Amino acid sequence: MIKMGKTAGDSFHPAAALDYLPVERLQALQLKRLQAVVQRAYERVRLTRVRMDERSIRPEDIKSLEDIRRLPFTVKSDLRDTYPFGMFASPMEDVVRLHSSSGTTGKPIVVAYTKDDIEVWSSVMVRSLVACGVGPNDIIQNAYGYGLFTGGLGAHYGAENLGATVIPISGGNTDRQIMVMKDFGVTAICCTPSYFVHLVERACELGEDIRKFPLRVGVFGAEPWSEAMRNHIQEQTGIKAHDIYGLSEIIGPGVGIECQCQNGLHIFEDHFYPEIVDPETGEPCPDGVEGELVLTTLTKMAIPMLRYRTRDITAIETNSCGCGRTLRRIRRISRRSDDMIIIRGVNVFPSQIEAALLAVEGTVPHYLIVLTREKGLDRMEIQVEVTPAVFSDTVGALEKLQSRIKKSVENILGISVGVRLVAPHTIERSMGKARRVIDHRNAGS
Amino acid sequence: MKLHQLSVFLENKRGQLSVPLKILACAGIDIRTLSLADTEQFGILRLIVSDWQKAKAALEAEHCVVNVTEVVAIEVPDRPGGLTEVLRVIDDAAVDIEYMYAFTFQSGRAVLIFRFNDPDAAIEQLQKEGIEVVGSREFQESFPD
Repeated sequence: MIKMGKTAGDSFHPAAALDYLPVERLQALQLKRLQAVVQRAYERVRLTRVRMDERSIRPEDIKSLEDIRRLPFTVKSDLRDTYPFGMFASPMEDVVRLHSSSGTTGKPIVVAYTKDDIEVWSSVMVRSLVACGVGPNDIIQNAYGYGLFTGGLGAHYGAENLGATVIPISGGNTDRQIMVMKDFGVTAICCTPSYFVHLVERACELGEDIRKFPLRVGVFGAEPWSEAMRNHIQEQTGIKAHDIYGLSEIIGPGVGIECQCQNGLHIFEDHFYPEIVDPETGEPCPDGVEGELVLTTLTKMAIPMLRYRTRDITAIETNSCGCGRTLRRIRRISRRSDDMIIIRGVNVFPSQIEAALLAVEGTVPHYLIVLTREKGLDRMEIQVEVTPAVFSDTVGALEKLQSRIKKSVENILGISVGVRLVAPHTIERSMGKARRVIDHRNAGS
Repeated sequence: MKLHQLSVFLENKRGQLSVPLKILACAGIDIRTLSLADTEQFGILRLIVSDWQKAKAALEAEHCVVNVTEVVAIEVPDRPGGLTEVLRVIDDAAVDIEYMYAFTFQSGRAVLIFRFNDPDAAIEQLQKEGIEVVGSREFQESFPD
């Protein structure tokens, strides 16, 4: 029997029926698709064929889902090394769209979609929105950037295919965003969590109270954010804030989504097969144990991605979800290996600092981590903006605030940090992914 | 009986003091008196101005963090021992002074601005001892533009 998640407040959409497939049927589908995608990649992608041949693995050796472990990994640099089109399995005549990364950490990567890929992408975005309780009657403000970044168009196609009304406002122009949100009666918004925090702050300055707007759902992604940040957003605005997961190399947003239970992200595993491996050894981790998320695209035509190392640290949840979905869940990703800072030998993630800051009463999530090296020693300074809620006319009270923040961060990180209170609006607001860290350590100083 | 004092957060960096002062100048606000508390990293600019509500709105519109505190202004004779007499009364009232600043006006007049932990108790004791507490209206009238 297929149990629908009506009780958890989902609005019904036919596409969401796939979220509730009985596990045996889901696994049978996964195996069939895995075999097909391995075959396709072996035949059409040189890199994959060479690596499989090196290991003496043939596509027909994949007889069960467990056999996926025999396949070689794919890593981000494979896409860079074969830039721009070396991983394509479809001829350009079948490719209907290209997206590309910003290339901030070197050469950009290029990803491609066939017509079928776009359809899959739209369908997983529809299912994501449905899981967030968004339906055809909703008016969705899509403030993800439109362009080469997958966020904008990914969410756009999903919203349209759902039958909702989509406002393709893209990122930036914050005052207009607030006007549109209010005047158009927006009920759901898609953007990065840090940009939403900025929107709320600006609305407040303009004398607008988002609580009084019809807005009720936020679909936030494209950067890691903490549970503390979610609580902050929900308490401040009265909306329900959902985490959405995705990455361009796999498809874009819509790889995973939090349902109404907000307790981990369901992976659309009929299209994206998840594994967790030890990031050092590459060996599989048992469910419930933290490791690196590895994804295989089961249906992707243009770029079939086998065992892609996401560099995102999470674990597969072992208990079933109250919403009734049979799709497995991963724990919210609070850490990306790419974001990790190593300071005096200790691994630090910006999201840990965010959680520590939000634990101190009255601080807002506008912060910047500045790393310097003084006399060969790494120093971390956390700049936090002063708000009217925490500002006092006495020096003593501000120094106490500083030391409360310092203690809160040090308790979590276990290393000493400096805290600097800075004037409001001095930390740059991002229209997309927030820049949290400035590293001056190799600036020759 | 109490005056509204504005406090503004400043980073301890070159050029920071002129930011709020320019905003006040543009808004046509007169500064009656001010004091600056500083630490290595930040400072607090405390101001008594001609129109605190207008000043606060102007500063906040330009993203300054502003805090309003009630302070007590006392006029004392500008002579040796003038302040000591006032402090004796405050000590007797068992009220704590968070901070204070003073300025002289014309010749022979001195005004003390006090931030007490308990301004009402302080005012009561001062009045009992016959010391003049300057109210906001008198303050405006005594120190006109």
